[in-house]
Amino acid sequence: MTLAPNTSSLVGNGVTARVEEGQAGRSVLKVIATPFRAVPRSLSITLGFMVWIAVIGGWFALTYSGAVKEMFLPRPESVLSTTISMALDGSLWEHVFASVQVVLIGFVLSSIVAVPLGLTMGTYRIVQAVLEPLVNFIRYLPVTSFVPLFILWIGIGIEQRVAVIVFGVFFQQLVMIADSARSVQRDLVNAAYTLGTKRGDTVFHIVFPATLPSVLDVLRVTMGWAWTYLVVAELVAARSGLGYISLKAMRGFQVDVIFMAIAMIGILGLCTDQLFRGIRRLVAPWAN
Amino acid sequence: MDALNLTTKPKSSDIGIDNVVLRYGKGDNAVLALDGISFHVVPNEFCVIVGPSGCGKSSLLYLVAGLEERTGGMIVVGGKPVTEPGPDRGMVFQAYTLFPWLTVAQNVEYGPKRKGIAPAERRVIVEHFLHEVGLAKFANHYPSQLSGGMKQRVAIARALANDPDVLLMDEPFGALDSQTRHSMQKLLLRIWDHSKKTVLFVTHDIDEAILLADRVLVMSGRPGQIKKEIRVGLPRPRSMDLVMEPNFIAMKREILELLKNDEDDEH
Repeated sequence: MTLAPNTSSLVGNGVTARVEEGQAGRSVLKVIATPFRAVPRSLSITLGFMVWIAVIGGWFALTYSGAVKEMFLPRPESVLSTTISMALDGSLWEHVFASVQVVLIGFVLSSIVAVPLGLTMGTYRIVQAVLEPLVNFIRYLPVTSFVPLFILWIGIGIEQRVAVIVFGVFFQQLVMIADSARSVQRDLVNAAYTLGTKRGDTVFHIVFPATLPSVLDVLRVTMGWAWTYLVVAELVAARSGLGYISLKAMRGFQVDVIFMAIAMIGILGLCTDQLFRGIRRLVAPWAN
Repeated sequence: MDALNLTTKPKSSDIGIDNVVLRYGKGDNAVLALDGISFHVVPNEFCVIVGPSGCGKSSLLYLVAGLEERTGGMIVVGGKPVTEPGPDRGMVFQAYTLFPWLTVAQNVEYGPKRKGIAPAERRVIVEHFLHEVGLAKFANHYPSQLSGGMKQRVAIARALANDPDVLLMDEPFGALDSQTRHSMQKLLLRIWDHSKKTVLFVTHDIDEAILLADRVLVMSGRPGQIKKEIRVGLPRPRSMDLVMEPNFIAMKREILELLKNDEDDEH
């Protein structure tokens, strides 16, 4: 009898303690150290912002303290003023347009073949048997090693830069899209058959819609690579474009222009990335 | 000629399975999964196959659906030998197989659409079957927004909306919790009462088998063979209370015995 109230008060204390813990939020340290646990949105935005501040702050510190010569690292405001003046006289847009044009042509050409072919390759073992040995060989060849060959074959026009991008992106797209087609749940296809889907319609009616979200992810990722190959192509042979002005700026020791070109590519990459995320949300709302 | 057949064909067919053999692999590594299975399901019958896991009962269903190729024997559905999958044999799978990119209504509409039925008529069909499974309010949801039980209800509606001659069900409630499973069994009994399709249903749950079936076929494990046929003969409509009835328990005991013997044989 005497024990009972004691026990209940002990239990009571335990419960209150736990509730308090929950309300105050466990120590912040415990929250952020818990794997996969969500952190407050405000915190993640603040942190992301602070990293940028730190990087730009470090940039100011390095240039203004004189630790690094301005010939190698320009001051932030000189990059900004160069960007503004080139934007105003239109030369920036000319180069941006040239680069975007090459990336888009190369990327679209590659994608319109890689998507249907990759889906077919992942669906039909016979197509896989024919293509895979060759594709896997080519896929590991460094694109840069083909640049001299392309110049020899195609010259130094826009076609050459497009070819570098297509070559760099196409085989990767093909393999990744075939992989996502292969991972389509077999019973999904079986269910489609029992509902009257013909064998020949499987790719279009089942495999394509089922893999649409992952195909868009593949396109988003390979778009980033396309920008990389663009710069490779423009560094070697071009008369315009962001890679070309970087190379020209290096010869004239205009480091601020190089910085501007890099930043522009970053911004454009970020835009296309967001664009693909938007398209995915729009055409595959079920996969979010 | 074909169109004429379609309109005069009965909506519920028989299933004839004659000496069906299924062997995986070749040579020494060959595994005999099904060894000379024969039985006949009459039109409008609810036939349940019960057996231990790995006895080949699901494979048998896949053979009837035409999704797997048999090694030997003959399968005839509605007078037509089975050579490949077709919309005359609807199937509900154990795994969730709703098309995730289609809404609930579009999933149910899928079969009729493939058949070329006009949109107005399709809408009537979809409405009817969604109402039948109690999911009319969820017509515009995506499968990812549904619970497991709801997904299987849509899968049943999708199979029936296609108006197959027979309905094949491969442990459709196997992944559900027991409460949901019971309500699904009730729902299936009610729907079957309306449609009177020929049903071939596979399960390892003995209660489920007796509760649903006109006839239970008990299968033995590797190689799979039909061990015994039990006519249930309980009156319909049936309720969950039947599981307490003496003759229900007697049948359950008999099936348990049969499956137990099978286990003993293995060891």
